Parts: sequence; structure tokens; C-alpha cells
Amino acid sequence: MGKFKITCDEATTICDKNQYGEARFGEKLKLMMHFYGCKICKCYSDQNNRMTKIYNVYSKDKCNQHTCLTSEDKEKIEVAVKEKMQ
Amino acid sequence: MSTETKHTLAPDKWVQLYSDYLFNYTITRVSGGEIAKDLVQETFFSGLKSMKNFKGLASERTWLVSILKRKIIDHYRKINSKKGKAEVRMNFYKDGENEGEWIEERAPNTWAEDTDRGIKNEELKATLEYCIDKLPEKYGMVFNMKTIQGFETEEICKELDITSSNLWVIIHRARTQLRRCMEDNWFNN
Repeated sequence: MGKFKITCDEATTICDKNQYGEARFGEKLKLMMHFYGCKICKCYSDQNNRMTKIYNVYSKDKCNQHTCLTSEDKEKIEVAVKEKMQ
Repeated sequence: MSTETKHTLAPDKWVQLYSDYLFNYTITRVSGGEIAKDLVQETFFSGLKSMKNFKGLASERTWLVSILKRKIIDHYRKINSKKGKAEVRMNFYKDGENEGEWIEERAPNTWAEDTDRGIKNEELKATLEYCIDKLPEKYGMVFNMKTIQGFETEEICKELDITSSNLWVIIHRARTQLRRCMEDNWFNN
């Protein structure tokens, strides 16, 4: 039974790993057992799931945004590239 | 007989044709516009230097993107080689009888509301960005690579020369700090 005992620090690390689908079966098992006796980590885990949803929306949003360089910036780069070409 | 078109390079048109595309590609992968601009410019410089190596098999844009990818990785490597500047606030006891347990005042609080209020809200986005910016540089970098840009664990470990255990500890520290920051500035604000 002792080998299944983990600290809150370890439990929350596994919980974070699990957010990316990368926690192993044994780790998930330890985590579930830890949750039985630790409401704080269970609360962390629930809130972590919500944070993951927010991160995912933010990530998609960031990847979809279309930003252009200003014509001033382009001109600066153009000058620098032309100089290098000579 | 091969009918494949051989691509050619026209560096005098690069800025006009590809600077916006490359800038967009970069801005989603690094933390600031200025860094992105520098990386785009460096990509063009490197392209000029290695023009003789261009075999014409890929399009000009694809070739420039492959150079840019290296530049982005080099940028992260450079950050990684700098020592962490910020003190990391831990949420757990480090030693003694309570080692690895929550420090009472750092334990998660119940959040004021249960709905996913305004998940697309601009204000929420701004708060999240504020919290990400507050992370120590290395934590922010690994968190961004893994969570926002979706790099594979193996790829990050290889590029930053860290073990996967290191990566998960960093991710854990980053997420714990982010959760705390969001709790103070969004959920219970």
C-alpha cells in the first residue's frame, strides 16, 4: 500500500502531466488513490481541468490571429536585406 | 523525363512576398513582436547566406520557413542558456515532516463562480497574458512551447537539453503559479 502513497507535490505534478494525456496508468492510479484522502488536491485537479480549457481556447486563438508587419517595419527590413545583398 | 518544376529564389521580393507570413508564423511562437521582427530579418539574412544550398525542390516560402524554424529554436536555446532570474515561489513544504504537502496559505481556494465565464473574453485573455508574463523566463518558455504551441515533449527536451522529468517539474511549477495568479486576478477578483 505504501508504494501507492504520494505527496501533494507529486500528485499535482501527475495531475499536470495528465492534462496533456501523458500520465502513465500507474501514475493515474496513485493519483486517484491520493484524491480519496486529499480534498485540496482534488480541488486543484478540478480547477486544473478548467484552466486547461482556458489554455486550449487561448492557444487556438493565438494561432488563428493574423498580424501584419507595418509598412515602416517592412521598409526597415527591406533596407537591411538590400544592404546584405550588395 | 521529370516534369517537376524547379523552384528559384528571388531575394529582392522576399520582404514583399513573405514578411507578413513569416511574421505571423513567428509571433504565435515567441513572446513579443520585436523578437518576431528580428527573427524574420535574421531569416532573410540566413537565406541570403545559404542561397547556394537551395536545390529548388521546395518552394521559396517553404525553404524560408525551414530556416525560420531553426531561428526560433535557437532563440529558445539562447533563453534556456541564461540563468533563471526570478525567484520561484513554492506552494509546498520543501522538507521536514510536511515535505511535499500544501503550505496552508498556498492551498487552492474555492473559486467564486463555477461557470466558464467568458472563456473567449478579451479581459480573461489579458489576465492570462499578464500571468504568463509574470512567470520566470524559463518556466514561461517551456509552458508556452508545451501548452500554447503544442510542441511534443521529446522535441522540447531535445532542443532545450532537459530531461522529461525536468520538463514536467517545470510545467508543474508554471501551472501552479499560473493557477494561483488567475485565482487572485480573475476567479476570486
